[in-house]
Amino acid sequence: MIFAFEKRKTVSRTAIVVVPFVSFLASLFLTGILLAAFGANPLTTFGAMFKGAFGSGRALTETLVKAIPLMLTGLGVALAFKLKFWNIGAEGQLTLAGVAATWVALYWSPWLPSPLLLPAVVLVGCAAGALWAGVPALLKTGLKVDETLVTLMLNYVAILFSEFLYYGPWRDPKGFGFPGTQPFPKAAWFPRIAGRAHIGLYIAIAAALILWIVLNRTRWGFELKVIGNSPKAARYQGIAVERNIVLAVLLSGALCGLAGVGEVAGISRRLQQGLSLGYGYTAIIVAWMAQLNPLAIPFVAVLMGGLLVGGDQVQMVMGLPSSMGLLMQGMMLFPMLAGSLFTEYRIKRVGSQAVRESKIGAA
Amino acid sequence: MKKTLSVFCVLLAALAVIGCAKKEAPAPAPAAAAVVAPYKVAFVYIGVPGDLGWTHEHDTGRLAVEAAFGDKVKTAYIENVPEGPDATRIIRQYAQDGYDMIFATSFGYMDPMVEVASEFPKVKFVHCSGYKTAENMSTYFGRIYQARYLSGIVAGKMTKTNIIGYPGAFPIPEVVRGINAFTLGARSVNPKVQVRVVWTNTWYDPVKEREAAVALLDAGADIITQHQDTVEPQKAAQERGKLSIGYDSDMRKFVGDTVLTSPVWNWGVYYVDTVRKGMDGTWKSDQYWEGLSADVVRLADFSPLVPQDVKDLVSVQKQKIVGGTWDVFTGPIKDNTGKLRVNDGAKMSDGELLGFDWLVEGVVGKVQ
Repeated sequence: MIFAFEKRKTVSRTAIVVVPFVSFLASLFLTGILLAAFGANPLTTFGAMFKGAFGSGRALTETLVKAIPLMLTGLGVALAFKLKFWNIGAEGQLTLAGVAATWVALYWSPWLPSPLLLPAVVLVGCAAGALWAGVPALLKTGLKVDETLVTLMLNYVAILFSEFLYYGPWRDPKGFGFPGTQPFPKAAWFPRIAGRAHIGLYIAIAAALILWIVLNRTRWGFELKVIGNSPKAARYQGIAVERNIVLAVLLSGALCGLAGVGEVAGISRRLQQGLSLGYGYTAIIVAWMAQLNPLAIPFVAVLMGGLLVGGDQVQMVMGLPSSMGLLMQGMMLFPMLAGSLFTEYRIKRVGSQAVRESKIGAA
Repeated sequence: MKKTLSVFCVLLAALAVIGCAKKEAPAPAPAAAAVVAPYKVAFVYIGVPGDLGWTHEHDTGRLAVEAAFGDKVKTAYIENVPEGPDATRIIRQYAQDGYDMIFATSFGYMDPMVEVASEFPKVKFVHCSGYKTAENMSTYFGRIYQARYLSGIVAGKMTKTNIIGYPGAFPIPEVVRGINAFTLGARSVNPKVQVRVVWTNTWYDPVKEREAAVALLDAGADIITQHQDTVEPQKAAQERGKLSIGYDSDMRKFVGDTVLTSPVWNWGVYYVDTVRKGMDGTWKSDQYWEGLSADVVRLADFSPLVPQDVKDLVSVQKQKIVGGTWDVFTGPIKDNTGKLRVNDGAKMSDGELLGFDWLVEGVVGKVQ
């Protein structure tokens, strides 16, 4: 008996739902082997992780604190990926938006009426994220420059620029020379819901819904889908491919930017070291795990946030090295990527007869 | 498509319910004040104990606490905790898990610790190298600059190119103070010495630290010292056949005799004392900043490559510092633009030292 992969004519709906779950279980199993190899009881460890991430009100809010930027960057990245625009610059878009939000919060507050400050922080932050994504979008559509490289490189530019600011001209004069800007005025703070979880959560969920509606229920969403499947076909249909790519990527950058705004205005309330802890990269895992579906992203983000927060327990309770947490994150992605094979292909049993025929055919 | 949307809403509702349910769950009843319960002490590390430098020394201090109190204490640590908002969660987690005393061993944990300290008035918080305190939060640090000065004398005597390379983590007072002390030491015996600084903007990144050292070696440095957390700069120097001065730990043990000496930490002295005070109830919030005389900082043993006359020179200065008759930052001191900053005979105050934001004459570099 021989098995072969056969491309499915349509993507299986059951597979779309089942595969992520099975992949998740498979990754738990693989991680379990790893834990056992390190002499830790996998079940105890998973139990401790779950408790650490969801086991109390406080733990849950901390998981949400991580999930909020993952949701927003996940949505941003997924939108770009739908168009096969490989935006791996979420990190930079997030960072630059954090910088822009800081600029508004600290330097516009003297003359801007305080009720307008927070909206201005959000808008300017998003605009900065969009701008940072717009550069590679224009380079790609105008000059056919590869966006993967440009978005990645711009991450470093944004991060170094933010460091320059909080080490240099924006450094808190009352901070004994330590890096970091002064704290934001209260008017520029994101209201918090519970613990440190802030209204960015509502914004992110609303963004997920809106993005889903836009992609599935509007003409523009349809055009984006066509472009994603085949830019050529889109062009024949008279769709303005370049313009739409640029618009969608600007939106993608704005979403990632929103994550950065949330981090500075909702969590740290100043610009300092540790603005982004790789959210922009984890977002890529989130987007793929959610199969680029905006409605699935909030849940996957909560799961991933839980994994990050629960990962601390691996050290604090189980006494394992910190790299274990990172390893587990990586372990999540592999079965997921392998799993996506099954949504697009199915396994078919091939008789020996068929094989012989195909061999003859090949010869 | 409608189906997907409704599934989404159901899941969302479920999540909200779980969230609320969890929040309403009663908090676990506080454990009865058992006399036998060990005193729980937690340490938050920026790197890993295996860095052989900064975190290694803090972990050595933690082990000293375990050795001193045995079963009466329980210690725990977490490594690789990023500075900034993530640290808040970690510190809070320890406080919530019933730890009695928490040590945070990097500057960037300051604001997170202040935040958590206000929420847990009964837990004792101890923060390394910062300046903010509270009723239940102390700071501690050592005058490592004294040992730096002494190591500078060794380097100043033994350099041939008169260029010394100094990869520095961040342009913050702690690091600037060390660079200045080292440079003053080196120039006290060799006024031609130039100390070239490269900022890596990281405490712990073996690759970046090595690259910075290599760049400095390329620029003509024949001795490398550093304010980083690993032994990579020293190793890089050794591979080029050059000398080095360690930091944090006695790096000669890990690298070899090309490490002439190292200013080292001896945290055990402070940790054991502080934990004892916590256990017997005499702990009070304070700002600990002691040096060579309290043995919390030391100059490690010399490499056989260091000649006797240099050792003698160091010994004389060390006596002055330990005896309290003289300290490193006594004028006249000029900055590296030639401006006189500290008048002849004047001594910089602790406040000025804690906010050091200029480099002394002889340092090639800039505080950004």
